[in-house]
Amino acid sequence: MTAHNSFVLQSSGLSMSFGAFKVLEDINLDVTQGEIVGVLGPNGAGKTTFMNLLTGAYRPTHGRVNLMGRDVTGLPTAKRCHAGLGRTHQVPRPFGGMTVFENVLVAARQGNVSHGGDPVQLAWRVLEQTGLADVANRLARTLGLLDRKRLELSRALATDPQVLLLDEIGGGLTLTEGDHLIELIQSIHGQGVTIIWIEHIMRMLLGSCTRLICMAGGQIIADGAPRDVIEAPVVQSAYFGVAA
Amino acid sequence: MSHPVPLNVTRGSTTAHVTFLLLALAALGLAALPWISGAGGSGRAVALLVYILLAVMWNALAGFAGLVSIGQTLFFGVAAYVTIRLSNAGVDPYLAVILAIVSGAVLGWLTSLFMLSLKDGEFAIGMWVLSSLAHLCVNLDPLIQGETGTSLIALNAYDIETRNTFTLWVALAVTVVILAALVVLLRSGTGAAITALRDDEIGARSIGIDVMRTKRIVFVLAATGTAAAGALWLASNTTFQPRAYFGVHWTAYMLFMVLVGGLGRVEGALIGALVFFLIETLFGAYGAWYLVGLGGIAVVCALFFPNGLWGLIGPKLPSDPIPTGYKISKIHDASWEEI
Ligand SMILES: Nc1ncnc2c1ncn2[C@@H]1O[C@H](COP(=O)(O)OP(=O)(O)OP(=O)(O)O)[C@@H](O)[C@H]1O
Ligand SMILES: [Mg+2]
Repeated sequence: MTAHNSFVLQSSGLSMSFGAFKVLEDINLDVTQGEIVGVLGPNGAGKTTFMNLLTGAYRPTHGRVNLMGRDVTGLPTAKRCHAGLGRTHQVPRPFGGMTVFENVLVAARQGNVSHGGDPVQLAWRVLEQTGLADVANRLARTLGLLDRKRLELSRALATDPQVLLLDEIGGGLTLTEGDHLIELIQSIHGQGVTIIWIEHIMRMLLGSCTRLICMAGGQIIADGAPRDVIEAPVVQSAYFGVAA
Repeated sequence: MSHPVPLNVTRGSTTAHVTFLLLALAALGLAALPWISGAGGSGRAVALLVYILLAVMWNALAGFAGLVSIGQTLFFGVAAYVTIRLSNAGVDPYLAVILAIVSGAVLGWLTSLFMLSLKDGEFAIGMWVLSSLAHLCVNLDPLIQGETGTSLIALNAYDIETRNTFTLWVALAVTVVILAALVVLLRSGTGAAITALRDDEIGARSIGIDVMRTKRIVFVLAATGTAAAGALWLASNTTFQPRAYFGVHWTAYMLFMVLVGGLGRVEGALIGALVFFLIETLFGAYGAWYLVGLGGIAVVCALFFPNGLWGLIGPKLPSDPIPTGYKISKIHDASWEEI
């Protein structure tokens, strides 16, 4: 398979099994520079597993991953991060014994290897952007869930990603908070970052995505313009339980 | 890029300055010990320094890199053996101590090449196997004569007063250099990666931390410091019987000091070493009961103070005594705020 430069991220025939349990089967997805791809799908559909294959947290049983036209299937997570792939975790993974600022600073130092600039400045700007500057000196373990999710996002941003994978960062937000998050994601997108965003909250995906895919049972069952995907009968039945 | 944000970054505090002063005074006090107490005092002081090295290094390995080793005696024993061997070949015993420390670093790097890919339990046991293997090999050396052992006879070239004093100073200098290296490392960019690794390894990978490289740095440092402890223990006790260096009791001591003091904090390891030293000094003569007592204290600590003594003391202090982090704030232009 030849890599096209216009695709920043490509998944070709990705499959994943845990023992005899098939979680993903033959996932093909080509993401173009500048897209915001929403990923929707019922619990257990394999969305997080797909993300783990893209970042290299898991090795796929079959298939390949291309990042910026380069085959990264054999690269460890840290190297993919250096190559421009950032991610947030569905269950936040703060460095609890470090402050919020230190969490972001270490990401700016270790993840942002090629782009230069003062990591202290970068880390601070990110915190101002994500709204965590006020709690910069707090130990990360003292944060509540919402701030932990913001910290996930801040750390990923500090690595200066070209492609950003978001795994359910919008859950549990009030309407206003949700609107702020959409604004934030649009401003990140405005800086030229391509985004893949797993979320259960339809309103948020519709409010920001340029493209939507729906996963169910370890496969992509729909892929296209957000409205079309939501109205597709397969999606209606898989996701909303409406008989097709 | 836009203008830099005016930021105020601090990396120390009054608590840290006071701690630094106290530690410097303690080091000076130890250095002056030969004039204060007699020859016996120097030997005990070296023991304290050796415990400190062992605790701080085991803590760096287990508490920061998440590498629980029950075979750090590999580095402790081999360093003592290398010292004996070099000195037997005509090298000045103190130079031999320094060379043994360097050999500990090399051995650490070599072992890291294959040990670090092992998982938790495998790594712990694997280190113990390596240590036992080294123990057996050392026993085969005709100079050592199995468990009979030998002595660092070259030290007899110095009269006992000079020797004790000099050993203490070398021990003090080595300990200060290694602890300083650890603190400098922990305050560096790599140190932040080490701390991140301690808190969440998967999260660390996701932000681009090379976990293997980071663990290797800690592992080699721990090997070096533990080797230093072994060589210094030999210089202070002069006799080398393999079992007294490769014995599993050292592993128990390292665990005790770190668990009682507090895992994952340099301050905790220091306190653990001090507590162990005091207990040994006061009750060491009671033999088996002393060991039972140590075990009892470890169990009580594990049950009631899971974060060790540091978990009790640390939060009561205004800030970290050995700070590795950052305090940051934005500098607001005062003239603006007046308006
Ligand atoms: N490490 C693992 N070992 C075994 N099974 C796993 C593992 N990780 C995920 N699974 C299984 O794979 C399936 C897909 O899980 P995944 O977390 O990818 O779903 P998801 O779409 O992200 O769901 P959710 O919306 O609940 O987050 C689930 O049945 C899960 O139990
Ligand atoms: Mg998930």
